[in-house]
Amino acid sequence: MSKLNLDLNLVDRARSAAQNIAHNIQQMVDQHTTVAVERTVARLMGIDGVDLLGVPLPNVVVDHVHQQRKLGKGIAWWLGNAMVYYEIEPQQLAEKISAGSIDLGQVPIQPEDEIEEAINLNACLAMQKIKENRNKRSELCRQYPPGRSPCQYVIVATGNIYEDTVQACSAVRQGADIIAVIRTTGQSLLDYVPYGPTTEGFGGSYATQANFAIMRAALDEVGAEVGRYIQLVNYCSGLCMPEIAAMGAFERLDMMLNDSMYGILFRDINMKRTFVDQYFSRMINAYAGVVINTGEDNYLTTADAFEEGHTVIASQFINEQLALLSGLRHEQMGLGHAFEIDPKTENSLLYELAQAQLSRELFPDCPLKYMPPTKYMTGDIFKGQVQNALFNLVSVLTSQGIHLLGMLTEAIHTPFMHDRAIALENSIYVMKAARNLGDEIHFKAGGIIQTRAQKVLHEACEMLEEIEGIGIEETLARGMFANVRRMPEGGKGLSGVIKRAAHYTNPFMKLLQEELQD
Amino acid sequence: MKPDLTRVMPYGDTLNDGKIQLSFSLPVPAGDEGKEAAKQLVQKIGFDEVQIVHNQDLGENFSFYIAYGSLKTAVDYTKIKVSKVNVEQMDFYQVNSFIKKHLNRKVVVVGACTGTDAHTVGLDAIMNMKGYAGEYGLERYPMIDAYNLGSQVENYELIIKAKELQADVILISQVVTQKDVHIHNLTEFVEMAEAEGIADNTLLVVGGPRISHELAAELGFDAGFGSGTLPPDVASFIAVELDKRINNTEVNDEQSYD
Repeated sequence: MSKLNLDLNLVDRARSAAQNIAHNIQQMVDQHTTVAVERTVARLMGIDGVDLLGVPLPNVVVDHVHQQRKLGKGIAWWLGNAMVYYEIEPQQLAEKISAGSIDLGQVPIQPEDEIEEAINLNACLAMQKIKENRNKRSELCRQYPPGRSPCQYVIVATGNIYEDTVQACSAVRQGADIIAVIRTTGQSLLDYVPYGPTTEGFGGSYATQANFAIMRAALDEVGAEVGRYIQLVNYCSGLCMPEIAAMGAFERLDMMLNDSMYGILFRDINMKRTFVDQYFSRMINAYAGVVINTGEDNYLTTADAFEEGHTVIASQFINEQLALLSGLRHEQMGLGHAFEIDPKTENSLLYELAQAQLSRELFPDCPLKYMPPTKYMTGDIFKGQVQNALFNLVSVLTSQGIHLLGMLTEAIHTPFMHDRAIALENSIYVMKAARNLGDEIHFKAGGIIQTRAQKVLHEACEMLEEIEGIGIEETLARGMFANVRRMPEGGKGLSGVIKRAAHYTNPFMKLLQEELQD
Repeated sequence: MKPDLTRVMPYGDTLNDGKIQLSFSLPVPAGDEGKEAAKQLVQKIGFDEVQIVHNQDLGENFSFYIAYGSLKTAVDYTKIKVSKVNVEQMDFYQVNSFIKKHLNRKVVVVGACTGTDAHTVGLDAIMNMKGYAGEYGLERYPMIDAYNLGSQVENYELIIKAKELQADVILISQVVTQKDVHIHNLTEFVEMAEAEGIADNTLLVVGGPRISHELAAELGFDAGFGSGTLPPDVASFIAVELDKRINNTEVNDEQSYD
């Protein structure tokens, strides 16, 4: 039942505008592929490892076709053709390409039906592997039920994956349900995924498949001990968005930061590149049973949370519609927002409540990812602890799903082990104390909270209808999200966007589309 | 009851009681031995009357402690010297009229978070139109042409852009300081700026939560701003310092507390 007395007609208008915006984006997406999408296909086909210079083999393989301007057909086709001709597996092909003894562009063309058969047979293996991981997760979740909602989500960020596991396991013993391994600063702009276990990083650890596996094993072990399935998070963002999705699917990650526009706005990645990459990455996440987290909270760190509340709602609607097109279910959409209104504002708590409840009512089946105060956190850790307590209260009151714990040392350093313990103690106490408070509360008709929520929804609806009219490119060029302006031909990674050829082949896109239809 | 400024000590509820609170973790299991280890460590710092008021198991053989103690040493407050940006603080209107009067042209400011740093909160607080804590950012100043290049800008890119725009001022923001990555990055920037010959004619300013004026000066910057800095602090410095450089007016560089 609505506590905000929302105008349902307005909700329908907003959703329908977002649907049209998403469909327009999808038309562009359907005409393109990217080097990252093709590297992902290569990985899914079984190519892994690095060459003597440390360059990942998926890059070696895709780049040598891209340099011949032949990638529009899809890397799968070129690999399939060579698989038939040489009768060897993709990994062996990759090694020979790397050694210079095979050039995919020079392999004699084989019969189309044999190529298709080779590709499909290979693709089924990867699909099966992902499915097994999904089943394994379901089985483990039956045995060790995950934490109750709002789930307690903390980050580890030591830069050393082995140190990360110690911090993570300690946090789990303090009550954490979800562990995110922060990536080293700058990884989002690498056009390749580093390889192997890593022990050096700045402000986080490299996202590598080996690091995923190390943390997965540690969390499974500690999870079994405490009797909770511990969810593992990483970052499906940046220039390798879909590759990370594939690696996460192979190593049973449970959540991925996976926003449709974050890279464009905050990493200055080209918009075409981002939209094409996010589509394929989300399909993989959808099939792998991953819950995505979107990044609307970031808008409020560059723009004002009180004035720009509607941009968060508008973006949530767009993220929802794009996610649906990728086959994600609502239960897999951790739409983002944040507790970032200036604490000096009178009634800031009421406005935060209004915004959080609004997100809750607009997306009733989504877990919602709620981010803690960061912008107005200071070196005053004692005040910070109180800010976090209010945030915890709003979260439990409005039934958020994924609750990112605020650290009292947010403005100072990446969390110390006890910072995390203090944060968990705060959150678990507040949520226990106010567990059912939300069920007992109605907001006053026409009061501050209802009025604020209705206003934000109204503004979001108008914004979405404006975007529907001018298109997403113009919207981003005008800086309507996060006050950041981005041009269609600007940003990093544009040279890796390729127009699909008439007979573009991507077996996974086809299989995923079929699988995700029901 | 007046404190002796030549012998200043922490204050709890009685002058010179030296009371201090600490909290920390140890890589040992919680228990009496852990508590004793915590106590001895705090004593070794030089605290008397040490009390471990809280201890907690963190799992994985780690434990957390909160301690109180009395410090018996003191500092001479009258001898304290702090190197800082010493410019009379002007407000938005004063800065603009100062620039108009003394320089009679717009000042070009280029800002960026450099290297791999992706945290634009500080830079945005100083540069964005809206500013921070009720103070307009540099983009709003009519006498300042502000260009915010955003995050993860390479040092050479920033220098190229600054030359292209004929920048009077380069603002660098550094938030990530793990393993001193900011020091390496800032040092590299200054070396490049000097090699490109822009260090002399361009004010180099750096800001961030771990940045002090002293550190900035050591690295070859003209000024450093730490946490709590607001746009008019930076704007005032820019206006006065440029006036000083261009018109040879003199301003004191250092201020001391004696």
